[in-house]
Amino acid sequence: MSATALVCDIVRFSSVDGPGNRCVVFFQGCNFDCIACHNPYTINVCNNCGECVGVCESGALSLTSVGDVLWDPAACVGSDSCVSWCPHDSTPKARHMSVPQVLDQIRGPAPFLSGITLSGGEATQQSVFVAELFAAMKSDHKLNRLTRFIDSNGAAPQSVWLDLEPVVDGVMVDLKALDPDTHLAMTGHSNEEVLASIKLLSSMGKLAEVRLLLLPGVNDSPDALARTGAWLHDIDPLIRLKVIGFRCHGVRPIGRVIGEPNPEAMDGYAQIMRDAGMSRIISI
Amino acid sequence: MEMHELRSVGRSLIGDHTLTYHQRVARLANLAEEALDAPAVSDACAAALNKRIICDMFEGHAPYRARYLLPDYQLALQQGSQYLELDAPTDLNEALWFLMAMYTQVPSITGYPVYLGDLDNVLAPFTVGMTVGEVVSALRPFWRALDRILPDAFVHVNIGPDDSVMARAVLQLERELKQVVPNVTLKVDPNRTPDDLLLDAVRTVFESGHPHFVNHEMMVSDLGDRYGVVSCYNSLPIGGGAHTLVRLNLAELVRNQTGDVEAFFDVALVQYVELASELIEARVRHLVEDARFYDHLWLIDEGLISLDKFSAMFGVFGLAEAVDQLMLMQGLSGTYGNDKMANELSYRITGEVAALVANRPLPYCDANSGRAFLHSQSGIDSDIGVTAGTRIAVGSEPGVYEHIRAVAPHHYLFESGVSDVFHLESTARANPESVVDIIRGAFREGMRDFTFNLDSNDFIRITGYLVRKSDLEHIADGARHASTLLGAATEAASHVTWRRPKRMVSHERASAPAALFGAPV
Repeated sequence: MSATALVCDIVRFSSVDGPGNRCVVFFQGCNFDCIACHNPYTINVCNNCGECVGVCESGALSLTSVGDVLWDPAACVGSDSCVSWCPHDSTPKARHMSVPQVLDQIRGPAPFLSGITLSGGEATQQSVFVAELFAAMKSDHKLNRLTRFIDSNGAAPQSVWLDLEPVVDGVMVDLKALDPDTHLAMTGHSNEEVLASIKLLSSMGKLAEVRLLLLPGVNDSPDALARTGAWLHDIDPLIRLKVIGFRCHGVRPIGRVIGEPNPEAMDGYAQIMRDAGMSRIISI
Repeated sequence: MEMHELRSVGRSLIGDHTLTYHQRVARLANLAEEALDAPAVSDACAAALNKRIICDMFEGHAPYRARYLLPDYQLALQQGSQYLELDAPTDLNEALWFLMAMYTQVPSITGYPVYLGDLDNVLAPFTVGMTVGEVVSALRPFWRALDRILPDAFVHVNIGPDDSVMARAVLQLERELKQVVPNVTLKVDPNRTPDDLLLDAVRTVFESGHPHFVNHEMMVSDLGDRYGVVSCYNSLPIGGGAHTLVRLNLAELVRNQTGDVEAFFDVALVQYVELASELIEARVRHLVEDARFYDHLWLIDEGLISLDKFSAMFGVFGLAEAVDQLMLMQGLSGTYGNDKMANELSYRITGEVAALVANRPLPYCDANSGRAFLHSQSGIDSDIGVTAGTRIAVGSEPGVYEHIRAVAPHHYLFESGVSDVFHLESTARANPESVVDIIRGAFREGMRDFTFNLDSNDFIRITGYLVRKSDLEHIADGARHASTLLGAATEAASHVTWRRPKRMVSHERASAPAALFGAPV
């Protein structure tokens, strides 16, 4: 057991990342570059450009002798000035953590949790670590009670899911768009792997949820949604489907020009999915 | 109080159009009691009381009724009552009317009963074969009448730890009627309380602020399986209760002492725990020996309470300010709830108080082997600039996980109740299972009491009782619930609504003229 992961943050209690109360590990680095990303500072790995060092008001950032940006958690006041300033959609605060180090962070909150969720960034980009972490949790008599979930963009090869199958309990997958061109425009990436992942995870019984983040005028046309509903229905009408209205909060300026759907629009989205035969719809 | 002052206060009470008739009667009675001499105590004790380092909760100068009584309603329904001239009821309707009649004859410090019974157990024989819907229909007028007849949020119903149609009906009515009265506690046992019932209770909090949750396993190990949670998180034996509650203001004690930190522990704390105990003893003796409350009480005559199941309560409050001040005296800036050393210091303080209270014999306190029950007192409306009980200061609370970790180590000490209020993010509304996880975890990690609220309903928890924000908006015109008047004063004094956003509503305080009103909490 030797893997380390680049971790952006660990949140001990979350009520919005899967069933029950969950500890969430946010991995640094994502293979998508979504216009609607709510935590864009997790997209890239720090390139040590050093732009943030002078911005920090508490002196928590410095450059090492080899030119790396060094973050001092003890001096940090959490203003996130560095993150706001970063021209590279990253953060100087991500750190490499070993499996035992992450386990140590889970042990304290464990009695209060239903489980753990790996999010990001894109956790499957560091899938060797994910497999080791989950295996270690499964064999730990105090932690094996916790369910092990991944919150993913779905853009991982089949081999990753097959490797994780023995240790993962559920995967929540974002489906940005069924239409390839829309998907490419929204994420900078093809959706072929995403669609294959949803099918594979469903067949494994590991598909905890499909999430549709809907952006008015971008991916919310009734035709496109009806096709998406039909496609999901063909896989399994009982897929838990979460319809999420776009919110500007945390999004980069380029995404903020997109409007937020009103309650009537949200009702319309859910109705299209119901008409498609999907029965487990959560609208938020 | 001088006679001219008494007359003046009496006149202003009579002319106060914001008080209901019954509220005026209660305050005039308190005023009359103020005209009497208080039970005799030493000069040092009187001075400590005068400086409010120790506080008698403004219960009154001449204790003539116990503060909290927990009659054995189950027994009353089984045997009927000569005093009430009522036979044992034979169906649910008769049982509810029996209880309603009995409630009007149960005294307490407020004039209203603080305990209405573990209604799921008490009424179980009368709901056999009924559905939840049938029980709700039968219970609805009774539930409304409780709120109208007993207008005081310190009135408390218990349910759990087992699932039952009655427990479900109570929760359903709480969600439907959104009343201030009664206050509700759900007893939670990891092996007996199903997730589904807990989930139902959590959803009920989302709507109505009720119920409060108590760690049943821990309570049973401290008080036995016959206990009730009454008023504001006061846990006491059924068939008994508490004669009185005297509390020690730890913040004021630190401010008034001149020595260093060690002198605080070795001298001040020892001295003032004794002075508070002296006050308890004087008040208990007055109640039992002079007023002879228990000698002429129908509840005693019919075996529904007994003196050997009573004790007194020793309360503490202002721990947060005391710790921060003691830290500053050592040149340290860490604060209670947010600093490891400060937290360690807080545990040392409550541990020392507990040891001192456990070593101080008191008369008529057989329910706890001749000692007072320790209680983390959640405030009255006149408390200004001092944090309730052992809570973290309002606005300084860390995240929920850190918050629980910081306060939980106190809980095992306070067998008669400890209140920490957690304000959860409204996102929990879409995921009530997450709150169930937190409650289960909190009890697994040694918390005794757990209360939470969301800021997205109409209720604010003041000390342990609830008021409706919509009632506070019209407070200038008075309020039907006496406790809402106290809540308004507390909010004005302490801004409990300033609890750090993202966490639960809870607020604690009493009001400026509390000297007359004696809010229980």
